[in-house]
Amino acid sequence: MNEMLTIMKSELLVTAIIFLLLFIKLGRGMKNESMLLLIQVLLLLNFIAGFFFNAEGTLFGSMYVNTNLIVLQKNILNLGVYLISLLFSGWLKRSEHMPEFFILLLSALLGMFFLISSGNLLMFFLALELSTIPVAAMANFDLDKKRSSEAAMKMILSSAFSSGILLFGISLMYGATGTISFSELSQQLNGTPLQVLAFVFLFAAFAFKLSIVPFHLWTADVYEGSPMATTSFLSVVSKGAVAFIFISALYKVFQPMQSMWYNMVMILSIATMIIGNLFALRQQNIKRFLAFSSIAQVGFILVGISAGSKEGLTSVVYFILIYIFSNLAAFGVASAIESQTGKENINDYKGLYQTNPFLSWLLALALFSLAGIPPTAGFFGKLFLLTAGASNGSYFFITIAALNMIISLYYYLRVIRAVFMEKNEQPIAKVHVDLSAKLGLVICAAGIVLVGLLSWIYDYIEKLV
Amino acid sequence: MNLLLLILTPLATAVLVLLMRNATQVRWVSFIGAAVQLVLAFALFAAFRNERMAGNAEEMLFQVQYNWFPAWHIGFHLGVDGISIAMILLTAFVVIAGVLVSWNVEKMTKEFYFLLILLSLGAYGFFISLDLFILFFFLEIAVIPKYLLIGVWGSGKKEYSANKLALMLMGGSALVLVGLLGIYFNAPERTFDLVTLSHSFIPYEVQQICFPLLFVGFGVFTALFPFHTWVPDGHSSAPTAGSMFLAGISMKLGGYGCLRVATYLLHDAAKDYSNIIIILSVIAILYGAFATMMQKDLKYINAYSSVSHCGFVLLGIGMMTQTSMTGAVMQMVSHGLMTALFFAVIGMIYQRTHTRQVDEMGGLLKRMPFIGTVLFIVGLCSLGLPGLSGFVAEMTVFMGSWERPDTFSRIATILSCLSLVVTAVYILRAITRTAMGPLKEEFKNLTDATWNEKLAAIILVVGILAVGTAPFWLNDLINPATEQIHKNLLMMKPID
Repeated sequence: MNEMLTIMKSELLVTAIIFLLLFIKLGRGMKNESMLLLIQVLLLLNFIAGFFFNAEGTLFGSMYVNTNLIVLQKNILNLGVYLISLLFSGWLKRSEHMPEFFILLLSALLGMFFLISSGNLLMFFLALELSTIPVAAMANFDLDKKRSSEAAMKMILSSAFSSGILLFGISLMYGATGTISFSELSQQLNGTPLQVLAFVFLFAAFAFKLSIVPFHLWTADVYEGSPMATTSFLSVVSKGAVAFIFISALYKVFQPMQSMWYNMVMILSIATMIIGNLFALRQQNIKRFLAFSSIAQVGFILVGISAGSKEGLTSVVYFILIYIFSNLAAFGVASAIESQTGKENINDYKGLYQTNPFLSWLLALALFSLAGIPPTAGFFGKLFLLTAGASNGSYFFITIAALNMIISLYYYLRVIRAVFMEKNEQPIAKVHVDLSAKLGLVICAAGIVLVGLLSWIYDYIEKLV
Repeated sequence: MNLLLLILTPLATAVLVLLMRNATQVRWVSFIGAAVQLVLAFALFAAFRNERMAGNAEEMLFQVQYNWFPAWHIGFHLGVDGISIAMILLTAFVVIAGVLVSWNVEKMTKEFYFLLILLSLGAYGFFISLDLFILFFFLEIAVIPKYLLIGVWGSGKKEYSANKLALMLMGGSALVLVGLLGIYFNAPERTFDLVTLSHSFIPYEVQQICFPLLFVGFGVFTALFPFHTWVPDGHSSAPTAGSMFLAGISMKLGGYGCLRVATYLLHDAAKDYSNIIIILSVIAILYGAFATMMQKDLKYINAYSSVSHCGFVLLGIGMMTQTSMTGAVMQMVSHGLMTALFFAVIGMIYQRTHTRQVDEMGGLLKRMPFIGTVLFIVGLCSLGLPGLSGFVAEMTVFMGSWERPDTFSRIATILSCLSLVVTAVYILRAITRTAMGPLKEEFKNLTDATWNEKLAAIILVVGILAVGTAPFWLNDLINPATEQIHKNLLMMKPID
């Protein structure tokens, strides 16, 4: 019993918070502001508690696995959730059903924890559903907006479709190998056609969640319609969790088929980078813009994944940590502007620097980090992904990835140009950023600057891998 | 002397600039920072000479090494040889002049100076790093400040130019990155360390792929034909100090990289590509010169002539004799000082006349004796008058090129010598039309240079004269370093 408490500590803590919120919601009503403060404190404590009393081990007949690396991955996700609670405080305070939003969000987070920890295809499927369905409800949270319901509908339909594919893949895999446990699967795999087919279906399910081309079509619409807090949760925390399980599945379970999935990952990576980048070039809406840029970022993550080595795993985890800071900072700025002025078009950002220098610099920092410009952390993250990918010796692949960085730089600079250079008769008025959002933005900025320059963070991850 | 000081001083200056409250404080802090850096550069130069005099023949001096990302075998490894010292001195001269020239920038002064200092930080770091990873890191740090400087404070079609510059330079650095990764994974041990790599065996096939990537990548920065197109637009749209930094410092990053990384590390492949580099640089020299003849805008004149002058840098590297490479480095120093001064003078003229068109000016020497005189000095330097730096540098390149006895190199040398005639035509035409002749009515009330402009001009003129009249100290500084590179080049191709 005691052992279970420490091994499943992250999940239990999140469950406790969910129940606490439920009771508070059912009991006497609290003011939204004090409620939000309480949630922020709870999430901060949850994040800090993640670093203590950890234990490695397996539970429930190896359905549930916990290692130090997985603990770190959960902490990274916890950090993302804490930052979301800080950054979107403006929108959250006004939201009528704020506690429910967090109950849903934390349920999804719980699903992601089980997802990363799963040691069995069934557990994996359950966790994936738990991490998806609440997000669809979160997408519908702007109750008075039609687009929000549309986004939720698209999200639930596409994820149901991908779940179908996944289940089909799981059943084929079971038929081909006679087992659903990850550790036994890796011994059974030998590359027979049926196994390959099953693997392709599993791969497609992952690709849906990560919005890898050609399974990316739902992304932009869902991102645009959902409230900003949901969008950022989807694009940062949810992507991070799926990337973690994806890479560990490829590296551990499907290790025997590496020569096969290497080519798949490479081709899909090239397609994802190019298509994400080309679509991002023409976007006017900042949310759609960030959606396509996040598709391109997933292409980069695939470059690191293709390495198939310890370096690849380390650099992917490192990149996702950096990506959380950079992308959340960009979403945080966009949300601060949107929640007060309702403007989310890049053209509206013209002349922003004249009125909001603080937000402008933060946005610039975040976009430079996403583009991979030194000295921001994004530079190190992308460089290590590319270096890991290059260790296989495919320079053609790396050259394409490096050239894609130039395309992405073009559209990130477009926003920078609007903010800093272009003139506007009526720029966005001075935006009031409340204290907790400011704190969140500062944490993100500190992360963007420091995670790269302080090399011990990378070393720390490397030791756990 | 600890080389970290060279990075920490601009960093501290940049942070202080951000903390200042008004524009005057910002200017003085930046000026003091740049002055300290100039003093440091001279102190480093003196210390370096002392070490060499004392017989320290180590390749790189004042090395410091800190652990940074040990998992990737990246070290924060700094060190200098003669070429780096020459480049650092050049940077320090240009930075202080640039800070002085921008004294009356009123629009967002703090941000302007912050970006200038950040750019110089990138350059200093680049010139002293001995680890390819941090070299690349500093190379890219210097790109975004340029973009913002041009885009926010520039003139004309500034957004287009800024975008073009940023994308082309980042494209160049992407090629550099792939080349560096190629070296990293194919060297006998995985390392980014330049000193280790220079002594280790890199397979010939890898060199053949990586050399063009690295040379073209760095070449984009130094206006290698046909990747020079950002130069005219970028320079003409940039604010005065921006143009000075671009031409004086930023273009030198490329030349330094071509020499130090591409040619030095991949010496076997370098010899194979020598003729292609020579052809491209001769095209750049002649094309740049003829294109300048057609220009009417002073900034465009200087920008196109930069393409031509930087062609000499690449020619010197491409010829691959020791003298020609020394000449290439001297040309980098000379061209850096000269164009920085030229752009400074153009900025001063433009501020007063509000035009850069040669045809609309005339007789400015009468109203502005100081600025006019400096314009003459820099013009004569550009066309290679003996006694000024341009002559010394170009002469060394030609002498080095002539050492190669084959007909092809001879023809290339003669063709590039011919450009000097064209240079004389456009320079003399531009400066006589600007400074001589009848003074126009609207220019009757112009004033001469202010104290800060005078100081900036004097600092750069002193540099030009020092190189021009006493080239031996620069020569002594550079020669041992190029000898090392040349020695690498002379090594026989490994038999495999």
